[in-house]
Amino acid sequence: MNQRLTTAQAMDGREGTTHEVAPDSRRRARRARRLRQGTVALALVAPAALAYLVFVLRPIVLTFQYSLYKWNGVGASTWAGLSNYAALVKNPDLSGSIVHAFELILFFSIIPVALGLFTANTIRGFAASKIALVSRTVLFVPQIIPLVAAGIMWSWLLSSNGVVNQILRLVGLGGITRAWLGDFSTALPAVGVIGAWVLFGLCMLLLLAGMSKIDPALYEAARIDGAGSWREFFAITLPSVRQELGVCLTVTVINALASFDIIYISTQGGPGNTTLVPGLEIFYLAFSQRQVGMASALAVALMVLVLAVVLPLQRITRDSDS
Amino acid sequence: MIVSRREALLGRALLIILMVVTVLPFVSLFVTALHPSGTYPSGLSWPATPHWGNFAAAFKAAGMAQLMWSSTLIVLGVVPVSLLISTLAGFSLGQLRPPGGRAIFIIFVLGLTLPFQGIVIPLYYQMRDLGLLNTRWAIILPLIGLYMPFAVMWMRAHFVTMPGELSEAARIDGAGTWQLFWRIHVPLSSPALSSLAILLFLWTWNQFFLAVVLVDDATKRTMAGALGAFQGQWGTDIPLLCAGSLLILTPTLVVFLVFQRRFVAALLQGSVKG
Repeated sequence: MNQRLTTAQAMDGREGTTHEVAPDSRRRARRARRLRQGTVALALVAPAALAYLVFVLRPIVLTFQYSLYKWNGVGASTWAGLSNYAALVKNPDLSGSIVHAFELILFFSIIPVALGLFTANTIRGFAASKIALVSRTVLFVPQIIPLVAAGIMWSWLLSSNGVVNQILRLVGLGGITRAWLGDFSTALPAVGVIGAWVLFGLCMLLLLAGMSKIDPALYEAARIDGAGSWREFFAITLPSVRQELGVCLTVTVINALASFDIIYISTQGGPGNTTLVPGLEIFYLAFSQRQVGMASALAVALMVLVLAVVLPLQRITRDSDS
Repeated sequence: MIVSRREALLGRALLIILMVVTVLPFVSLFVTALHPSGTYPSGLSWPATPHWGNFAAAFKAAGMAQLMWSSTLIVLGVVPVSLLISTLAGFSLGQLRPPGGRAIFIIFVLGLTLPFQGIVIPLYYQMRDLGLLNTRWAIILPLIGLYMPFAVMWMRAHFVTMPGELSEAARIDGAGTWQLFWRIHVPLSSPALSSLAILLFLWTWNQFFLAVVLVDDATKRTMAGALGAFQGQWGTDIPLLCAGSLLILTPTLVVFLVFQRRFVAALLQGSVKG
């Protein structure tokens, strides 16, 4: 390494002398070299850019194009203008699915993040102890299994004969037991609970990792100044983990708005349409009901909605850094 | 740090409760899988005689060996290529910084939040026109493209932190761009590369949506996608379904427990960068 650096300095010196002799040809040579290097660099980006272009960017444009037509996927398509988008507002199934996606944010984002903050804050004092290390592994497991498996497990847990109802009967709440995923009023929250179970561990561990970077001296100073745990949390902990908080919210909100796997497996959108979400409705419209234009309009709306919710979240976290 | 006894106790209790809630579904799945096939047991009850044979039956019914093979083929089709092309792009954007590199990078980043459902309709017709519908390529090719925003951003973030002097010194020693990449930068990138490999493996293995839409034949799907078909077929036989689900999630669990430290680090880092 050292040797290389010395060589570099020596070369610099030599280049300096050439510069005095023939500035013009040297500049031209340098420009040519930069151009060649630029071309090589662009060539290295090309394979990734091509894959992205063919399988992501082109489909985005095509989705938008399809959304302006009425098409059953096989025959000829007819121009439909913005009527598919108008249907998104007028058709209660479609607009309902978007509302459900936003309701899921409460379960997929707010609950795991709030519970994660609380837990991480409670255990940060002994984050290096044995039990905390074990919990790091255990709480992570929901994050690595297929969402479909989580859906199957919880369908069973939440069924009329499942563990949830067993526990409720055990504590004397037998009166409220039901098939949680099959009941019109509880299906959406029940699906939300599955999402919360999956996402809690990630949020908690991310926030804990953020908290472990806080200088302990800050807390000691606060205690000396007589701050209680509430003050400590709002004055030190929360501001210090704003970046992690932003990440948790971003990841979980995307999961909520674009949910598919869990719902496909556990309720398939039912009972009625009470758990129908855009991801599922796009799938039904495009591949079983053959309303490709309408499905595409919903797909465009979903992409725009995700961006519209997620981009402001980024600004909040970035501002706090400066 | 000063921690009061009460807080520590509360924290421990909380952790234990949360771990129980995390593990309980697995336990329920496991004990249910041991009940006689075709019965409808209640959530948490140990059967009179555990039917271990259910696992063998589910293994056969789900065609597990075939599924493992199919998932492995898909992972082998997706992960190495994605790693290679995203590393090349990340190296170029992070170290060589070509003209227009900034704009290219922003276009990649814009794809980060894209829900797969947003583009699946054109993908379906694209695959149909290429004659790839119902083959593993229909999962492999789109996944490579869909991983690019994250993978390129990940590798670029790594290469940006590598000192520029390193490249300069190598160049002065006569290394071309290609040698610079393979001899200097790739060997120094193994932590970033292995974390990315873990993430891509996990996301591919667990990919459900594309498998369900683009491949009808469950034996050509990913593990997760096949689980969907398995539920459709055996959904009424609860013990068998539970046994099958457990079998299907075992491979990821085993890989996770073996590489758990790397896994947790990769996933935590992955979401911070994401």
